Amino acid sequence: MQKKYNGKINPRNAVYTAVAVVLAMLPAFLNPYWVDVLNSIGIYAILALSLNIIVGHAGLFNLGHAAFYAIGAYTAAIINTRFGVPVLWLLPLCALTAGLFALIVARPIIHLRGDYLCIVTIGVGEIVRIALINNVFGMTGGANGIFGIDRPSVFGYTVRSPYQFFYLIWAFAGLTIFLFHLLEYSRFGRALNYLREDEVAAEGSGINTAHYKLACFVVGAAWAGMVGNIYAAKMTIISPESYSFWESVLMFTIVILGGSGSIPGVLLGAFLIIGLPEIFREFANARMLIFGAAMVVMMIFRTQGILPSRPRSYKLSKLRAGEGSP
Amino acid sequence: MSLLSIKRLTKSFGGLTAVNNVSFDVEPGQIVGLIGPNGAGKTTVFNLITGIYRPDQGEILFDQQAVSRLPTHRTISLGIARTFQTIRLFQNLSVLENVLSGRHCLMKSGVFSSLLHTPRQRREERAALVKVLQYLEFVGLSDQAEQLAKNLSYGNQRLLEIARALATEPRLLILDEPAGGMNEQETSSLVALITRMRENGITILLIEHDMSLVMRVCENIVVLEYGSKIAEGSPEEIKQNRRVIEAYLGTEDEE
Repeated sequence: MQKKYNGKINPRNAVYTAVAVVLAMLPAFLNPYWVDVLNSIGIYAILALSLNIIVGHAGLFNLGHAAFYAIGAYTAAIINTRFGVPVLWLLPLCALTAGLFALIVARPIIHLRGDYLCIVTIGVGEIVRIALINNVFGMTGGANGIFGIDRPSVFGYTVRSPYQFFYLIWAFAGLTIFLFHLLEYSRFGRALNYLREDEVAAEGSGINTAHYKLACFVVGAAWAGMVGNIYAAKMTIISPESYSFWESVLMFTIVILGGSGSIPGVLLGAFLIIGLPEIFREFANARMLIFGAAMVVMMIFRTQGILPSRPRSYKLSKLRAGEGSP
Repeated sequence: MSLLSIKRLTKSFGGLTAVNNVSFDVEPGQIVGLIGPNGAGKTTVFNLITGIYRPDQGEILFDQQAVSRLPTHRTISLGIARTFQTIRLFQNLSVLENVLSGRHCLMKSGVFSSLLHTPRQRREERAALVKVLQYLEFVGLSDQAEQLAKNLSYGNQRLLEIARALATEPRLLILDEPAGGMNEQETSSLVALITRMRENGITILLIEHDMSLVMRVCENIVVLEYGSKIAEGSPEEIKQNRRVIEAYLGTEDEE
């Protein structure tokens, strides 16, 4: 049913399918270390896709996304370790707490523009991290964090090895890609783009811009919260240092470098930013230097990202043909 | 009963009174022109009607309902649509999607139906696209539906703004210098378009510097100078009004 948006088999879709097939078979040829790298890439890819809703589509700078990721992870960890609820069952709850948190913190700051909003989100991210270190409500375990989180189980199978996690994480990534693609082609997705392009014109065309700014924060945060859940289950131990400012920067960089507003771009960004430093590990410290230089060059010569977002296409010929009928 | 009723409207910015105690009515089905020298406060009146600014004093009634305290998007969904003096399109989106933005307030799909593309959401999208194509046809842009807005000519960008406004199905359409930057041929097709819109039952309030256009299409003209209303009447009355001639039409360097 959704095929109508993809149109006929075009070269681009063929490439995407090929990449997906190769990715799905990769674990058969890789050792656990490299599979775990792919798992990290998957986690960052989903995080960046969720941030892409806010930064890429709505054009709101958010450098505190790790806060929502943390809320999700801690929700899963606390409920799982105290009440023994299976982690994956907690996915909706993690989405809810992270989304609710976003709603509460974003509400008073949402009218801020560009750089101001950006600075406030940095503050939010830091407040959450420091609150976690200070063992807020006596529930977060302070700087040591929370350990002994259960492994996730899917239909009775416990997900344990990196190979098993690979399929769990990338299945979630696949679902995210699918749903976010649909979201792009919808009233909601378009409203975010109108907001990014011209807020006054959007409001003047009847779009409740304040509502959509909040809504995109809540959706992005809820998704990051669910990734937090999976991360907690993967690590079985979480601590505040996993949710530092640097994490938010990484997610933001993936979105901007890969292609703001573009799902393929963000995925490629995740592979480059998380994957390349692992590949060039032998160059030790020089790799970060090269990496930084590459990023500077990119931003000078290709500001819209490596794979920029493309205009949506609609099947007009079909609609036009049917125009005569009532 | 007036469709739009502006009552003793006042708005100042710092020490400058941009709109000073202005009152006028727009009757249903009319084409009303709002004219005046640059800086007379015309656009400010438009921004007050559409809720971009809040009036210091006075009231704006649209169909008996006070609209001056409503957020802009609420005003739009009540049935007032506008275009902008400086073109404000979504430049990097297609012509089609620009007009789709106008349909937004008439659609209902929320986050979840947008994420899942429920059957209802798909029906709604399809119906909206059909409508959008009709509006593009109406203004004469249907063959450019898939262009990016920024690639249109200046005159066509103005038409696209009108199509976007029409897509909200307004009862009152506010046009801020619709002929600005248009050549003669484009202007005359704009006049035809304005007439067609009125035939479709849309009341029109417009700001325009092209006096021949204003005199041709408007039934009623309101003249502002330094934020105050100095005259109101039919084109014939306005042409002969001494204050208007002094303030606006009479000097050599104007026109």
